[in-house]
Amino acid sequence: MKTFTAPERLDEALTLLGEASPPTVLAGGTDLWPQWTATKTKPTHVLSLHRLEELRGITRAGDILRLGACVTHSELTRSPLVQAACPALAAAAATVGATQIQNRGTLGGNLANGSPAADLPPPLFTANAEVELHSRRGARRVPITRLYRGYRDLERERDELLVAVHIPALPSGALERFWKVGTRRAQAISKVVGACRLALDEKGTISHAALAFGSVGPVTMALDELASWLVGKEPTPEVGEKAAQLASDAVQPMDDIRSTADYRRHVVGRIVKAWIVELATLNR
Amino acid sequence: MKIRLQINGNTRELETTPTRTLLDVLRDAGYYGVKRGCEEGTCGSCVVLMDGEPHMACLIFAPAAVGKAITTIEDPDGDRPHAILRALADAGAVQCGYCIPGMALSAKALLDATPDPNEEEIRGAMEGHLCRCTGYVKQVEAIKRAAELMREEASHE
Repeated sequence: MKTFTAPERLDEALTLLGEASPPTVLAGGTDLWPQWTATKTKPTHVLSLHRLEELRGITRAGDILRLGACVTHSELTRSPLVQAACPALAAAAATVGATQIQNRGTLGGNLANGSPAADLPPPLFTANAEVELHSRRGARRVPITRLYRGYRDLERERDELLVAVHIPALPSGALERFWKVGTRRAQAISKVVGACRLALDEKGTISHAALAFGSVGPVTMALDELASWLVGKEPTPEVGEKAAQLASDAVQPMDDIRSTADYRRHVVGRIVKAWIVELATLNR
Repeated sequence: MKIRLQINGNTRELETTPTRTLLDVLRDAGYYGVKRGCEEGTCGSCVVLMDGEPHMACLIFAPAAVGKAITTIEDPDGDRPHAILRALADAGAVQCGYCIPGMALSAKALLDATPDPNEEEIRGAMEGHLCRCTGYVKQVEAIKRAAELMREEASHE
């Protein structure tokens, strides 16, 4: 590598990204460094985001939580605003790597790295979050459910920078859960990772459902058909068992170094069943 | 390029290139307590504190540490070894010792923020550290003991 640039102003960063051969964007580096070490390569020009104040901070306006892209996992975990508006995201951030990684790694980096096993996308999928992309050409919002076009292929032009994430806050009375299965508690990359946002109406039937899983396909998967099937039903054990079957059938896992497709399908079903069972307890 | 880092309360002007990590630069400057391990953020041997929080020095470009208060195990905190180091030694928690500088610094970050941690909090703070000699039990005991020592010292001040 020849150049390390750390601008203080967003427009400077966007100008660099607009050049013919844009620099590699670096946030916390917790994904990029292991990749560089493993491949014994380094980019020729790195654009480090660590001095950009516009990419920091957690704020809430009305029912929308805004998270700067360089908010760290530790900040997500500790923030009362995140704990209230998207508790599954706070829970997910607490499972990334270890404390020392959580102090460094960022929300935007976790999303932009594009790993199908990333822990933060599932709770953002179920919260229906949007990402804010900026370039010299302007700014736009992309629903997180449309961010991943294919394996490590993002709906992000190369001159665009992920600046913030906007999350509709969890409605009162709704249930949000996160679940991660790894080989051990710390420093584990997920075998299965998932989140849900579920709500009941006053009659005790499911009025809202959103479920998403990672590490079970080339990209994070929203289980939309299952969610539609659940709405209008009561969260009985039978519905939970059928939902588990539908979830297992819907995911597209493969065998890899971390786990097997069969195990992943089974675990996805058990997680969904557990969520439905817990939802039923909200009713009492 | 020259960068100016705040290390253990001193300002050091160090020569580096943009390709180098904080781990590289600290070791070149003689801070050999910062250990080179996996170099991919897994083992915790290279942990230093930045503004009081533990970070893996192998994952940080040295220029990104400018303006941060860096603490390494060489920090001369008082006229005798820090309570955490005494407790680790007393508990027999040190065998080869390679993981200890990083562990001691993560323990310091924990105990500075949480003077009376429970076992879960201690194990949580140690998550990012691998020790291939021991089973972690004595380190956890040592950190509990260090917490007591630090609370006693604080009450005498």
